[in-house]
Amino acid sequence: MLGLMAGVVPAAAQFRVEISGVGATQVPLAIAAFRDESNAGVAISQIVRADLERSGLFRSVVTDAALDERSVIDTAQWRSRGADALVAGSVSRLADGRFDVRYKLWDAVKGGELLGQSKTVLPADLRLAAHRVADEIHEKLTGERGVYATRIAYVVRTGRRYTLHVSDADGEGGQVAVASPEPIISPAWSPDGRQLAYVSFETQKAAVWVQDLGSGERRMVASFRGSNSAPAWSPDGRRLAVTLSQDGLAQIYTMPTGGGRPEKLTSSNSIDTEPVYTPDGRSIYFVSDRGGGPQIYRIPASGGSVERVTFSGAYNISPAISPNGKSMAYISRQGNAYRLMLQEFGGGTPQALTDSLDDESPSFSPNGRLIVYASRTQGGDVLMTTTLDGKIKTRLLSSGADMREPAWGPFGR
Amino acid sequence: MKNSRTRPYTLLALLGASLAVLAGCDTATKLNDTKAAAPVETRNPGAGAAAAGGAGASTSGAAQSRVATVDLSKDAGGTVGAGSIGSTAALAMPMQRVIFFDFDSYAIKDDYKNLIDVYARVLSTSKGKRVVIEGHTDERGGREYNLALGQKRAAAVVQSLTLLGAPEAQLEAVSFGEERPAAQGTDESAWSKNRRAEVKDL
Repeated sequence: MLGLMAGVVPAAAQFRVEISGVGATQVPLAIAAFRDESNAGVAISQIVRADLERSGLFRSVVTDAALDERSVIDTAQWRSRGADALVAGSVSRLADGRFDVRYKLWDAVKGGELLGQSKTVLPADLRLAAHRVADEIHEKLTGERGVYATRIAYVVRTGRRYTLHVSDADGEGGQVAVASPEPIISPAWSPDGRQLAYVSFETQKAAVWVQDLGSGERRMVASFRGSNSAPAWSPDGRRLAVTLSQDGLAQIYTMPTGGGRPEKLTSSNSIDTEPVYTPDGRSIYFVSDRGGGPQIYRIPASGGSVERVTFSGAYNISPAISPNGKSMAYISRQGNAYRLMLQEFGGGTPQALTDSLDDESPSFSPNGRLIVYASRTQGGDVLMTTTLDGKIKTRLLSSGADMREPAWGPFGR
Repeated sequence: MKNSRTRPYTLLALLGASLAVLAGCDTATKLNDTKAAAPVETRNPGAGAAAAGGAGASTSGAAQSRVATVDLSKDAGGTVGAGSIGSTAALAMPMQRVIFFDFDSYAIKDDYKNLIDVYARVLSTSKGKRVVIEGHTDERGGREYNLALGQKRAAAVVQSLTLLGAPEAQLEAVSFGEERPAAQGTDESAWSKNRRAEVKDL
């Protein structure tokens, strides 16, 4: 199929989520089917239910009651059915073709209504509306922001074809941002979630591109002599840290996101790569083999002295900093295995979060509760998420295609 | 193995793009960072409900979820002719185009001394001839670190060539890291075939 494909393209890989592992106490929650959701073609209540269950914090109380947000609810009756809370709502088609999604959340323990909301959306945004409903319920019941309306970018390789995908955080609704016969690696979200920077080999070398997701407009921002890679956005969205080898060895530079002259940040006789900004924008963590094997270091974002950060093991790469800036996920080689690790800053030993053989590319969810990563298994490369204690893992399955390089997008869609 | 893939871009186009970036030229559309967000439509039909709704749908007609697809599969630019056949150069390029490396190493083994020598002589006597050295690694380890390792291998070959008199302007070192294996497999037999640098005509 040649030619530009605009609009939604079904993802070639089918995503399914499996949950395994022991979780903490779960809140029992009854979610009734939203009135008329079958007419809308998107099962809002099922998406909400699946989202909340996947967090590991909620357990579904099954119900087929025909309710909506205007129903009179006997909360004590729901309490006796084992639910701590109840959700009911409706989906109505408006004259202009948009949909009105309304719901209420009742407290079955104390009685009374906790939440009531309505949203008006285009048909293409019905899944997004469902994810927002899940976010609102999650936040109301846990006090914490949910990430169900966020998105994940990742690369799929099928034979000799590479596609950069963007899907919802549940793996559904995958759309193709770039399709290419050459490799794509290292996608990185702009802080406002509207653009992706990535490395493409379409010009027969590694070059950094920035693409607007909504329009598909893209520009090459770094194609200097040698390889150009590892883009990372500053938190204010104004600069990109990149790895350039124009002076011979891979070194870290920063440059304006619109393109322009790069400023050199590191100067060493070794490989310096994989830069990542801290959430306050003041420091950059990166990988360097100046000490022999690759380890993780930190440098002030405007330049200065370099401090080593990893000391266990001979091979530590791919740093990802948590949104609160207090911990770092990375990959450590242990024997023949490459494993996802979590290290709290300010003391504490690094913890292995997996016992798999070949993990790559960790990325935090924007609420800092989950990490998405790629894992090579016998069946191929798959994407996984894990809680920070490593206890609840979900597997985003695919049908044969290799999935890699996940990057979790920001809040704010 | 001979690679006869046509190149969609000439080195000139590459340099042009690099120069454009260096000059801060805006070769493509500017970031549309002032796209107006649609007004939030969130109402509370119930009592005592805290507003927690996010941005509502766009009223201007564009779905927020939409991602536009860019398909690079079609040949976008003109193809570059493979290097001139029957070159006027007195010296021909060697048939052997691949140099292999040991694990975790970018040192060029002595076996390749003569080969490098021939390349250097061909290049220094044919001023118009350009080659790109592509560095590769096996699949073990991280992609970005392997990209840098492959770059180191390619740069080592370039350095050997320039030390023997090949003009640097006719050479470029690039890397594919682990992204373009010559052999599939998860054992040393495959890995050893992937740790390599390839010499490609431009």
